[in-house]
Amino acid sequence: MGDKTDVWQGTLALMVMKTLETMGPQHGYGIARRIEQTSGNLLALNYGTLYPALLKLEQEGAIVSEWGVSDNNRKAKFYRLTRVGRKQLEQEARSWEQAAAIVARFLSPAEEG
Amino acid sequence: MNSLMHSLARRLRALRIRLRGLFGARPANDEIAAELESHLQMHIDDNLRAGMTPQEARRQALIRLGGVEQTQQAVRERSTLPWAETLGQDLRFALRQLRKSPGFTTVVIVTLALGIGVNTALFSIVNTVLLHPIALPHPDELVTVSASKPNFATGSISYPNFRDWQRDNRSLSALAIYRHTGFILTGTGESERIHGEYVSSGIFSVLGVKPRLGRLFAPGEDEIGRAPVVMIGEGFWARKFGSDPNIIGRPLTLDSRDFTIIGVIPAAFDLNFYSFRAEDAYVPIGQWPTGALKIRAAGLGIHGIARLKPGVTLAQAQADMNSVSDHLAAVYPEDDHSIRARLDPLRSAVVGDVQPVLLVLLAAVGFVLLIACVNVANLLLARSSARSQEFAVRLALGASRQRIIRQLLTESTLLALAGGALGLLLAGLGTRSALKLVPAALPRTSQIHLSPLVLCFTFLISFLVGILFGLLPAWKVAAQQPQNTLREGGRGVRGTRHRAQDWLVIFEMAAALVLLAGAGLMIRSLVALSRTDPGFQPKGILTFSLAVPNSPAISTEDGARAYLREIDRQIKSVPGVHAASLTWAAVPMTGDDDEELFWLPNEPKPASIMDMHWALRYIVEPDYLNVFEIPLLRGRFLTDADGVNSPPVVVVDQDFAHRFFGDANPVGQTLNLTDPDHKSTIVGEVGHVMQWGLDNDAGFSLRADTYLSLVQQSQGGLSSQNGFVSDIVVRADHPDSVFPDIQSAMRRMNAQQVAYGPKTMDQFIADSLATRRFSMWLLGAFAALALLLASVGLFGVISYLVGQRTQEMAIRMALGADRGKVLRWVLTRGAALAGIGVGAGTVAALLVTRLMASISVEKSSIIYGVHPWDPLTMIGVVVVLMCVALIACYVPARRAASVDPMQALRSE
Repeated sequence: MGDKTDVWQGTLALMVMKTLETMGPQHGYGIARRIEQTSGNLLALNYGTLYPALLKLEQEGAIVSEWGVSDNNRKAKFYRLTRVGRKQLEQEARSWEQAAAIVARFLSPAEEG
Repeated sequence: MNSLMHSLARRLRALRIRLRGLFGARPANDEIAAELESHLQMHIDDNLRAGMTPQEARRQALIRLGGVEQTQQAVRERSTLPWAETLGQDLRFALRQLRKSPGFTTVVIVTLALGIGVNTALFSIVNTVLLHPIALPHPDELVTVSASKPNFATGSISYPNFRDWQRDNRSLSALAIYRHTGFILTGTGESERIHGEYVSSGIFSVLGVKPRLGRLFAPGEDEIGRAPVVMIGEGFWARKFGSDPNIIGRPLTLDSRDFTIIGVIPAAFDLNFYSFRAEDAYVPIGQWPTGALKIRAAGLGIHGIARLKPGVTLAQAQADMNSVSDHLAAVYPEDDHSIRARLDPLRSAVVGDVQPVLLVLLAAVGFVLLIACVNVANLLLARSSARSQEFAVRLALGASRQRIIRQLLTESTLLALAGGALGLLLAGLGTRSALKLVPAALPRTSQIHLSPLVLCFTFLISFLVGILFGLLPAWKVAAQQPQNTLREGGRGVRGTRHRAQDWLVIFEMAAALVLLAGAGLMIRSLVALSRTDPGFQPKGILTFSLAVPNSPAISTEDGARAYLREIDRQIKSVPGVHAASLTWAAVPMTGDDDEELFWLPNEPKPASIMDMHWALRYIVEPDYLNVFEIPLLRGRFLTDADGVNSPPVVVVDQDFAHRFFGDANPVGQTLNLTDPDHKSTIVGEVGHVMQWGLDNDAGFSLRADTYLSLVQQSQGGLSSQNGFVSDIVVRADHPDSVFPDIQSAMRRMNAQQVAYGPKTMDQFIADSLATRRFSMWLLGAFAALALLLASVGLFGVISYLVGQRTQEMAIRMALGADRGKVLRWVLTRGAALAGIGVGAGTVAALLVTRLMASISVEKSSIIYGVHPWDPLTMIGVVVVLMCVALIACYVPARRAASVDPMQALRSE
C-alpha cells in the first residue's frame, strides 16, 4: 500500500491546492466535488481519503482551516491556501508538468530524425 | 537543492505537529466527527436536490465517503505518530505488568545488574590496563632496550655500549637510558632520602613528555664531566617548594652536591616499567659518581628506552640493532662478544604478565554475564508460559502476533535497561573495591575509572540482552495456537517449554561448576604457596635502607669499618631487635639481585666474563644467618674472625654445592672469585634460600647462592667520597612497629644519615603474590556469584514446575500419596537437573583448568603446587554445588508437599 498511497496522495495534494488556488477558500466537500468535475467525472474519488490529505497539507503549513458557513447555511470547515502553499503548488505543478512532458515524449510517435 | 530544503522543512514541521499530537495536542475526535458530519449533510442535501429519497441520499453519501469510522481513523493516524503511540501503550502496559509481579521484576533486574555490573567493572580495569596502558604520544613506537647476555635475556646496558648503539643505529629516532637511584637531600628541612633516576638527555623527548616548567635536558648535557643539573617531579616541587614558579635556576643539594634545577616534569607523567618510575628527581647519567660508568663490560643496572622511526617495524629495528651489536662484538671481542641489543615493545613491559590473568578474569566474568542472561531468559520463559492464557485470549480477540511479540520485547528491554542502570551503579562500586585488590604492578591503576566507552559497553550489553531474551519467549508465543492453549486451561505448550528451561538450568549449573573449579584451584594454589618453605623464616624480618652521607669519620678504611660496627651496635640496642646485619648485594624476595662471577679450582681462567660461572651473591655480616634463620648444613657460617687480614672465605648453599661439586663435600674447596680476582675458600654450606619468589624460584637458571663477608669484600672500597647506602635486615619481635625506634637510633647516631624504606619480609612475599591474590579474589567472587545465579535459576524452574503440577500433586495426595513422596519427587527432579549440569560442567572444567595451568605469571603457572585435575578440589566443588542446588529445590518442594489437596482442586 505504501508506495501507491504516496503517489496518489501527492497527486491528490496537488489537485487540492490547485482547486483552492482557483476557487479560493473552500470546504472539504466542495473541494471533492470540484476535483470530480474538473476531471470530467473520470476520477471516482473516495471522499474519505481527502481528509487525511487535507490534514497533511495543514501540518505542512500549505493550507489553514477555520469554521464558517456554507452557501446552504451549513456549518463547515473552510480551507485556504497560504503563501507557503502557493509556492509549493508552483513548484509541484512545474515538476509535474515536466514529468508529464517527458512521459508524453515517450508515448507520442517519434518525429525527430 | 532549494526545493529539497523546502520539502525537508515542510516534513519537519509536519513531524513536529504530529509529535505534539502524540501528547494530546491534536484535533479533538468530535471536531473530526463534526467536519465529516457537515460533509455528509452537504452531500445529502445535493443528493436530495437530485431527487433521491432521504434514505437513498444518506446511503449514497456514506458509500462515497467510505465509512465515517474508517475515515476518522485515517485522520487520527495522520494527526499523530502511530508507531510511537503504540510504543507508549506498550511501555505503560509493560510497567503495569512488571509492577504486578514485583518478585519476578526484582530478581530479573538484580540478576542483570550483577552480571552487567561486574562485567563493566572488570572491563573498566581492562580498558585502562590492557587497552590504554601508556598515556604517551604514539605508544606503539616505544620499545625497551636491553643487553641480552648469558643468564640475562634483558640485562643491563653499559654506558660505552649505549653511546655506540646511539651512534650506529639507523632505525631508532631516539635512544635513551635510565638507572634507578636514590639521593640524600639536604638543605631543605630535615635530611631526607628521595628517589631518583639517572637518565640520558633524550629520555623525555623519546617519551614525548613536555616540561611543566623550565626546560628538558639539552643534548650533550648528560656526558661525563658536565655541569650538574636536575629536573624535579611536579609532586616533589609541590611538597618541597610549594610549587614556587621561581624555582628554575635554584640549587638542590643531593648527596652533598649542588645541582641546578632546570625544569619540572608534570605529575601526569606516571610511566612505570621494569626499574623505571616517575620520580622526585632526574639527574643526567654523566653525573653518576662511579668509575665503572666508563667500563664497557660493566653491569650497572642501566636499561634503555627508544622510539622507532615512523614506519619502521620492531623486526626491522631488531635486525638493525643486531648488525650494530655484531659490529661492536668484532671491535670489542673481549667485552661484547656475546652482548646483543634487544628490543621489546614497551607495552609488554608495562602490562607485563598481567595480560593473561586479566584475560582469564574477563573470560570468567563473561561466563557470569552469560549465566545472568540465561537466568533472565529462564525467568522470562517461565513467566511467559504462565501468561500463555493471557496471550491466547488476546490473540483470540484479534490482537496480531506482531503486536504481542512487540509487547514482550518492550517488557524485556525495559527490564534490561533497568538492570543496566543498576548495573552501572554496581560497576562504580565494584571498580572501586576491585581497585583495592589490584596489585601495585598494574599500570595506570590510578587512572582507572568508568569511561564513556564502558558506559556504552554496558548499555549495549543490556540492550542486546533485552532483545535476545525477549525474543525467546516471544517466539514461543508466536508459534502458539490460541485454541489449544485455551483448551488446556492455560497450562501452555508444556513439553517443549520445559525442555528449554531444563537445558538452560543445566547450562547454568555447568558454567557455575567451571568457575567454582577455577576459583578452587586458585585458592589451593595460594594455600600451597603459603606452605612453601622459602629456605628461611620470613616472619619477624624487617628490611630497610640506610643512607650515610660523606663525612671525615668514614673517609678512611678503619673509620668506615668502625662506623659500620657502630651501626650494628646501635640497631641491636633497640628493644625487641634480636639480630641485625648490613647486606650489600642481593636480598631474597625483594627484587634486588647481584651476581658473583667465578671459575672452579680445576678450570683455567675463562677468556671472557661471559664464559664464567654465575651465582647469586649476598654480601653480609655474620649475624645474617640469625636474621634469616637459614639452616647450617656443613662447616660454619661467616664469623667476626673473618677479618680484613684473614684469608677470604665464602659460604655456599645446597644448590651451589650440588651443582658444582655433586655429592662431594664443598667445604675446603677453593673458588676463583672476580672483582678483583682472588681465591676464596668455602667454609660452610647452608640450606637453599629462594631469591626470586615462592612460586617461581625453580624457573630461574640462576639460583645458586654464595655468601661473602662484608668486611672482607669491602677491602679498599669501603671509604667513599659520596657516603654510601646499605640495606639492613633485622630480626625483631614486632617487625611492623619497630622501625621508628630504629630510625631515631640512627638519627641520634648521626643527624645527617637517613634510615628509610621499611618493609617486612612478609610484605615482600605478599606483594610477590599480589597478582595471584587479586585473581583469586575476583575469580572467587565471580564463582560465588555464578553459584548464586545458578541456584536462583534452579529455584525458578523448580518453583515453576511445582506451580504447574499443583493440581496433579493435589490429586495424588487426595488419592493417598504421602507428603514425603511428593517432596522426594520434586527434589529428585531438581537433583537430576543439577546432576546433569554437574556432569557436563566437570568435563568442561577439566578442559578449562588444563588451559589455566598453561597460563603463567612471572615464570610460574597460575595454578601452583596442585594438579589442574586435583580430585579434592573437584569433589569439593561438586559437593558445594549439589548442596546449594538441593537447598534451592527444597523451598519449592516444601511448598509442593504442604499443598492442601482440597483447596488446590477447588481452585480449578
